Amino acid sequence: MNLKHRLRNQYRRRNSGTQYRNFLQIIHIDLPLLFLLISLTCAGFFILYSAGNENFSLVQRQIFHIGLAFLVMFVFAQIPPETYKRYSMWFYLFFLLLLIYVLVLGHINKGAQRWIHLGPLNLQPSELLKIAIPMFVAARFSSISLPPSMKDLAIASLIIIVPVLLTAKQPDLGTAILLAIAGFSVLFLAGLPFRIITILAFIALVAAPLLWHHMHDYQQQRVLTFLNPEADPLGKGYHIIQSKIAIGSGGIFGKGWLLGTQAHLHFLPENTTDFIFGVWGEEFGLVGSIALILLYLTILLRSFYIAVEAQDTFTRLLAGSLTLTFFFSFFINMGMVTGILPVVGIPLPLISYGGTSMVTMLANFGILMSIHTHRKLLRT
Amino acid sequence: MSQRKRQTLKNHKTESALVNGRIFIVGVFILVLLSLLITRLAYLQIVKYDMYEALSNKNQIDVKPTPPARGLIYDRNGLVLARNLPVYSLEVTPSSAVNLWKSIDEIKKIIPITDTDIKQFKRQAKQHRRFVEIPLKLRLTEEQAAAFSVNQYRFKGFNIRARLIRDYPYGEAFAHIIGHVGRINESELAKIDKTNYSANNYIGKVGLEKYYEQQLHGKVGYETLEVNASGKKVRSLDSVSPVSGDNLYLTIDSKLQLKAQEILADFRGSVVVIDPNNGEILAMASNPSYNPNLFVTGISSKDYQDLQNSDDKPLYNRAIRGLYPIGSTIKPFIALSALDNKVMTATETIEDPGWYKLPGNNHIFHDWKHTGHGTVDMRKAIAVSCDTYFYEMARRLGIERIDSILQSFGFGQLTHVDMGEELSGNIPTPAWKEKTHGSKWYQGDTILTGIGQSYVQITPLNLASDVAGLSMRGQRYRPHLLTAITDSEDEKLTINKVPLPPVVLDKKENWDIVIQGMKDVIDATYGYHFRFGKKPSYTVAGKTGTAQVVSLKNAKKGHAKIPEKFRDHSLFIGFAPVDHPKMAVAVIVENNPQAATMARKMMDYYLLKEGKLNESQA
Repeated sequence: MNLKHRLRNQYRRRNSGTQYRNFLQIIHIDLPLLFLLISLTCAGFFILYSAGNENFSLVQRQIFHIGLAFLVMFVFAQIPPETYKRYSMWFYLFFLLLLIYVLVLGHINKGAQRWIHLGPLNLQPSELLKIAIPMFVAARFSSISLPPSMKDLAIASLIIIVPVLLTAKQPDLGTAILLAIAGFSVLFLAGLPFRIITILAFIALVAAPLLWHHMHDYQQQRVLTFLNPEADPLGKGYHIIQSKIAIGSGGIFGKGWLLGTQAHLHFLPENTTDFIFGVWGEEFGLVGSIALILLYLTILLRSFYIAVEAQDTFTRLLAGSLTLTFFFSFFINMGMVTGILPVVGIPLPLISYGGTSMVTMLANFGILMSIHTHRKLLRT
Repeated sequence: MSQRKRQTLKNHKTESALVNGRIFIVGVFILVLLSLLITRLAYLQIVKYDMYEALSNKNQIDVKPTPPARGLIYDRNGLVLARNLPVYSLEVTPSSAVNLWKSIDEIKKIIPITDTDIKQFKRQAKQHRRFVEIPLKLRLTEEQAAAFSVNQYRFKGFNIRARLIRDYPYGEAFAHIIGHVGRINESELAKIDKTNYSANNYIGKVGLEKYYEQQLHGKVGYETLEVNASGKKVRSLDSVSPVSGDNLYLTIDSKLQLKAQEILADFRGSVVVIDPNNGEILAMASNPSYNPNLFVTGISSKDYQDLQNSDDKPLYNRAIRGLYPIGSTIKPFIALSALDNKVMTATETIEDPGWYKLPGNNHIFHDWKHTGHGTVDMRKAIAVSCDTYFYEMARRLGIERIDSILQSFGFGQLTHVDMGEELSGNIPTPAWKEKTHGSKWYQGDTILTGIGQSYVQITPLNLASDVAGLSMRGQRYRPHLLTAITDSEDEKLTINKVPLPPVVLDKKENWDIVIQGMKDVIDATYGYHFRFGKKPSYTVAGKTGTAQVVSLKNAKKGHAKIPEKFRDHSLFIGFAPVDHPKMAVAVIVENNPQAATMARKMMDYYLLKEGKLNESQA
């Protein structure tokens, strides 16, 4: 490092009250998180190459997705949390309007519609709401004293429920569930009283039959198939049966990379997207699966550490919620592939093939990095 | 400033403690869920390992759906109207094809493959697993099949298969009754049970094929196969046979239907024949028609455009969807009401000068015969279709009583024939006019309703069904197209006639008076029957009608000079034999006066020619 550089760093340190700042903090990158994310996406290449029948062009496209996603992460990391807080409402409203636009457009075209085509880019508003909802709710809660009053809770619930219902209407049950989790996790972290949780659980129990009534036929079918997949081997049960065979036949150590027969002979459907964990389980076995889960867990721990270390309520709530959303995305995916949760169509984060989920997931981590690296360290 | 800062700082501390506490709870929760997941994995991969290993390792298992044969459609005498023909088709298994699109380009040099074929193929490929065979080109000729077979070795994953496709041997003649099947589109895909349709590409689109889709389709079967590493079948492990769809037996008499279509050949219009004793529809023709076979494997967009854009509207089922002004065929029904409500007796006479005036009003309503009919009583009024007599009758009845008799016969209501798609006609009421035209109901409207020239609209089927009710002196049955359904074990389910609320008159003799008037139309020397022809050997009661398309001042003169599409429609209703009716007929011909002539041909054919044939067979 030359003198000029050192002087500049000294100047910054003095001004921001920081004791010590290295290069990575200046560019707002959290090294442990970056290292873990790279490890996970690399593991993803290997399993995608196998699942896609050794089709390298698929991996190439995924590498492009990941490159783009890391770029987005880097950009999101540069934006200071105050900026997110200030614009959170506009961010939320903008994507809510886009969601309504897509829904109306889909209604006119008489079909499920989730995308807005922007030249070469496909924008899925509901994906970005996964970030916008917790951001907006956290921003609101940061200006009041916690735990929130009933009125604050009601307003926050409305902010969450509107996009959730619209997304469920698309119909995209998987994303709707994740939106609800993203929003309500902020409420929970902000100190939602346990007695309200109990009451809500009770209401949910009563409302379940009503919800059932409002589900689309194919969604009802998914739940029924989930309860007894073998009853419909030709149709809906096929996914779960095949993925269970794939995972079960992997055994403790797996069949080995590129040697999974279920995936390679096309028995396992959607094996590069939602059901990619089936291929992982088949080829790497229980040991590999636990290793993958531990890798996810390490990312979770680092993210929670960032949340705990956050300096104000907004960033703490936001970091906590983004972490929880990340947890539930991979947990629900693994749960559905192993047959303990219904098939709702959620990809395995950072592994499944696909651009949108990759970009939004890394945008998540970009925000976490921003939260961690924009802290003003106070002398104690 | 400093005050505020301290306060937020104070809140901040308790808040961080609160949120961190919650994060701790969440962390514990996450650990529990993850242990659950790992337990599940251990269960699948250790405890159940042997079972899944067996399922996956030796040979792979795949489940293939087998299509059910679609139910056949017969006429009342057992003649096949819709059947399944085996045809050769070129099918592709995307997963085993090497370089799919390049192969298709190569195959194009041997067999013509259109862009439509490729579009259909792409759509289906999206809907099925890559392991499933999907048709690329249907209806190969023997030569094409042979030409491909020679080159087969070059195209892995492509095979010639025999598939069953729907065929309508009589084409156009039954198209508006049976309808047709076609490829399943996306909105249908959302409604159907995808499992049950996993082996089929077709679904009923219109007509009986659509209405009875559930019965005709049957139930899909499946075969559990052991397949080797390249996806080829090793042996069949287990199979559940498909259940064929039910066969339909129609009420339609094919010969009569073909006759009706033949009579209508050069015209736009509809002929409906009903058996009044049970409501069975013997013939229901609508012309122009179309070739339903074009739709089965996907119609080309040019052919479809031609059908859609034709001025003759061949895709439009006039028999159940065509709404026509009723014209003078309304008169017998009005006469019944007048007799029943005692506003006129059969013997009351009226002097017809050729025009009619409402009391205290100067507007002149013309009779169709400008010189007038002279002295007429009710029988003669029906027989000569005297407008002046019915103007007076309508005035005395008033619109409520007219509407009431029309309603009791079923005018302006859906007949609920087993076909769907039907439109209901219209009986005008003052409230209806207020709502749709925004103007008051005038007495003139009532007067014109009396001769069927106001707003009464009916479909040909509706009219035939009402005439059937008249011929049975008020006894009514729901018109229907099915006599029986048989399932795959030939278990026969007969469709019973459905009685509808009868029309009951105070005096039974009133029926005789009106029916006698309708008989006079044909028999009496003064009867208005010149297009029906000479009195036949059987007894007939009938009534002609004319419906103005546009009111032209000079319409009555020089008919031939008016452009064809503005010429009047002609109608004819009738039944025969009068005492024990075997058939009730309604004919409507657009822009042409031939309706009565056509009805005569239908009656002669059914009662003389075919009747004799049937008798000689018996």
